[in-house]
Amino acid sequence: MLQHQSPKTLFDKIWNSHLVDKKDDVNQLLYIDLHLIHEVTSPQAFEGLRLFNRKVRQPKKTFAVPDHNVPTLNRDNIEDKLSRTQLETLEKNTKDFGIEFFPINDIRQGIVHIIGPEQGLTQPGMTIVCGDSHTSTHGAFGALAFGIGTSEVEHVLATQTLIQNPAKNMRINLEGNMPFGITAKDLILGIIGKIGTAGGTGHVIEYSGPTIQKLSMEGRMTICNMSIEAGARAGLIAPDETTFNYIKSKPRAPKKNWEEAVNFWKKLPTDKGAQYNKEEFLSVDKLDPQVTWGTSPQDVVSIKDRVPDPSNESDANRKNAMERSLEYMDLKPGTKLEDVKIDQVFIGSCTNSRIEDLREAAKVIKGKSVKTKAMVVPGSGLVKQQAEKEGLDKIFKEAGFEWRDSGCSMCLAMNADKLKAGERCASTSNRNFEGRQGKGGRSHLMSPIMAAAAAVTGHLIDVRELI
Amino acid sequence: MEKFTKLSGVAAPFTRINVDTDLIIPAEYLKTIRRTGLGKHLFSYIRYNDDGSQKKEFILNKAHYKKSIILITGKNFGCGSSREHAVWALKDFGIKCLIGAEFADIFYNNCFKNGILPIILNQFYINRIIKKISSEKTSMLTVDLKKQIIIMDQNEVLKFKVDSYRKKCLLEGLDDISLTLNKDTLISKYEFNLKKKLPWLDK
Repeated sequence: MLQHQSPKTLFDKIWNSHLVDKKDDVNQLLYIDLHLIHEVTSPQAFEGLRLFNRKVRQPKKTFAVPDHNVPTLNRDNIEDKLSRTQLETLEKNTKDFGIEFFPINDIRQGIVHIIGPEQGLTQPGMTIVCGDSHTSTHGAFGALAFGIGTSEVEHVLATQTLIQNPAKNMRINLEGNMPFGITAKDLILGIIGKIGTAGGTGHVIEYSGPTIQKLSMEGRMTICNMSIEAGARAGLIAPDETTFNYIKSKPRAPKKNWEEAVNFWKKLPTDKGAQYNKEEFLSVDKLDPQVTWGTSPQDVVSIKDRVPDPSNESDANRKNAMERSLEYMDLKPGTKLEDVKIDQVFIGSCTNSRIEDLREAAKVIKGKSVKTKAMVVPGSGLVKQQAEKEGLDKIFKEAGFEWRDSGCSMCLAMNADKLKAGERCASTSNRNFEGRQGKGGRSHLMSPIMAAAAAVTGHLIDVRELI
Repeated sequence: MEKFTKLSGVAAPFTRINVDTDLIIPAEYLKTIRRTGLGKHLFSYIRYNDDGSQKKEFILNKAHYKKSIILITGKNFGCGSSREHAVWALKDFGIKCLIGAEFADIFYNNCFKNGILPIILNQFYINRIIKKISSEKTSMLTVDLKKQIIIMDQNEVLKFKVDSYRKKCLLEGLDDISLTLNKDTLISKYEFNLKKKLPWLDK
């Protein structure tokens, strides 16, 4: 007798195929296909393993790269003792437990979420975890990828599984043609502005619709990357020909099983008629470039707008938060965003440091000079190498940008790349929290081309006026 | 892991919405390779002045609330980064229980792994608790995990929900890695099937 199969979402399919044990409806044991680790959230996990004399169950499904804490200048001599200890600890731990590691001087080193896709480690249908919330980036390949804490890192190292609650299904449908000057970053900022930083809490967001289908893998990664800023556990995009073409040439892509793998990946997209717990629709036809004005990624408006007025807000908690944001950001309600002066520009982070981001930003600044401090931090050594092959480094340097080595850098300001108190930054990163880019620093999030435009004009500006 | 059964102590209201883990523990303090010693950096940027002195107006700097073991939080507390250092800093400071209307997912998971109980209640009840504890004289709360209740005073008790597996782990101080290691046969079986079904994932 034929068993009736109810239609499944992409998330349901990945979840169900990774269940090792269903303890109960709430706590389920999920198998992990790829575990990425870095220097900041792993030392205590290895310490835990040693304490109980435990092994890493699947060292070959684990991969390590230093990124959060690495200097982007003078890397041969790391002056900060604490940083050096953390980097050396990762190297020792990976060596002791037999885990592959890209050292800081390896051309393949870079931000962990750039490396996974670049090496072809990230593949559709996988479960991928990392002790970093932006693990959601890998969802662009139709992999269920999410950030975990250090105790969970230890759990995965020891067991290759995680105890998880199944997330709910949410779908965001994007329709329309992206107007000139609008990027994937503007789409995701627009989405977060609409649903809020807790809009996706408890859910995995699947992004779909014609706009998504036309996006490059780089753009899809930017969107999935910031799913966590909408509170979601993960972001997902159904794998398609764009995905397969991207993976095919990568060093760790399936080789002799390529056809078999693609056939499997083609079965992953959501079935017709599958149910979502929550659904949103967004038309992108009239979207303007997006810029944040406050200290939460949901504090976002169009570049043509003005800084909002908290007195128009009816919710008391929200009003308080807005007032505090404006005080921290030193902005007055009603100020035109385009009148906001910028001190520093940061192009980098796991959100926007891929080759496509650098190419687009370079087009904006070509032949112009910066009016601010400005730096480019490529996402990986290979991105940097590719950019140099294309002469992008020259364009950036001639305009007055600093051209650095790869790492997380000023996205979270763990290394020496920090804003000073009161400095205002146009940043391509993902978080504008208080103190995120340095104590007292003020961050405005935007796309790489918008940040490039701010660099050459010294203030926030609609990039469409320059290109 | 330390057991969590029943506790009584001072509860501090910290009701900002969207408190992110960068605010709980800024990135500059993540260079440690230990889990301990982060309490002094908890909420560092809003707790201390530039010269290192304490900001008088910050709730956990007030003499009475310095000994808080419960924190009443605003919506979406713990959003942003997955850093477990945020939970370690709260724990090292002395916080053992959080009560709020909504917590960010990763932070919520991290709490349980460290013996901290995050309780989710309807905002209506959160507001009642805030009203009660805002006066120092009545800032004590009792949380009984076994009975799943918060004792406000002699006359009022609030019930809360918590899933049974997590409750058991907290009550008994269980280490969930050893529980999962007991499932070795199931994991090996999964891996055996995986090798046959998706051979390109076999490494």
